[in-house]
Amino acid sequence: MALSPAEQEMVRALWKKMGTNVCIYVTEALERTFLAFPSTKTYFPHWDLSTGSAQIKTHGQKVADALTLAVNQLYDLTGALSALSDLHAHKFCVNPINFQLLGHCLLVTLARHYPGDFSPAMQMSLDKFLNLVTSALASKYP
Amino acid sequence: VHLTAAEKSAILDLWGKVNVGEIGAEALGRLLVVYPWTQRFFEKFGDLSSASAIMSNAHVKSHGAKVLASFSEGLKHLEDLKGTFAKLSELHCDKLHVDPENFRLLGNMIVIALAHHHPSEFTPCTQAAFQKVTAGVANALAHKYH
Repeated sequence: MALSPAEQEMVRALWKKMGTNVCIYVTEALERTFLAFPSTKTYFPHWDLSTGSAQIKTHGQKVADALTLAVNQLYDLTGALSALSDLHAHKFCVNPINFQLLGHCLLVTLARHYPGDFSPAMQMSLDKFLNLVTSALASKYP
Repeated sequence: VHLTAAEKSAILDLWGKVNVGEIGAEALGRLLVVYPWTQRFFEKFGDLSSASAIMSNAHVKSHGAKVLASFSEGLKHLEDLKGTFAKLSELHCDKLHVDPENFRLLGNMIVIALAHHHPSEFTPCTQAAFQKVTAGVANALAHKYH
């Protein structure tokens, strides 16, 4: 289920359009995930997960940077995300289903902020991209 | 499904503004585009060969509207979704042979269509409320499977 050249281009184009706002949208996606899927909060028992929390913003920046790295290395996602996969598998022990929940909330966020760009074809490209990121993140799981 | 008063209010407030036919058509169209295996249930719909063909297909629009009208009925009976959707559950299992996982996917497409058309109203709290409802409807539709 690799991205076709056209799909890669769609993802890159939207990422370019988002520019420095990727962090803002990923942070919103994280907030939506914690509210819509409360089980995801179990991985952050020691954090303030209320809206506007500094910890969510900091984490949003980290996730945004990782996704931007992924967009720039679409030819080798497994390699690009290898260290993060180790971390999520062995240190944080996150059930990979949660990456899909965050992916869904990111799609919701982008649909809100870029309605003119969020065609069904764009949604499919983003959905495929996020699935590939999820697979790469789960690649080091035992 | 258990909703707080605030969640029920958020859902009904937004639903009052929703064009059920339009959102239904968009949600079903996006399902068929993004998850192409779902097209297996709609072979009689004609041309589903591309995203634009799917989104402009009259059968897709009409069926999408029908599905969301049914969902809309469910919003009037949030305390008994299983009862409300019992007959439809039997139909989807015994006659249509639909994998219930696809109800969850369609639920997410409804959420995305709502966000797309109502960006300012679709706050994180409103989304959370709708995720509860779509999960409840998906469970209700799967309840009579055997």
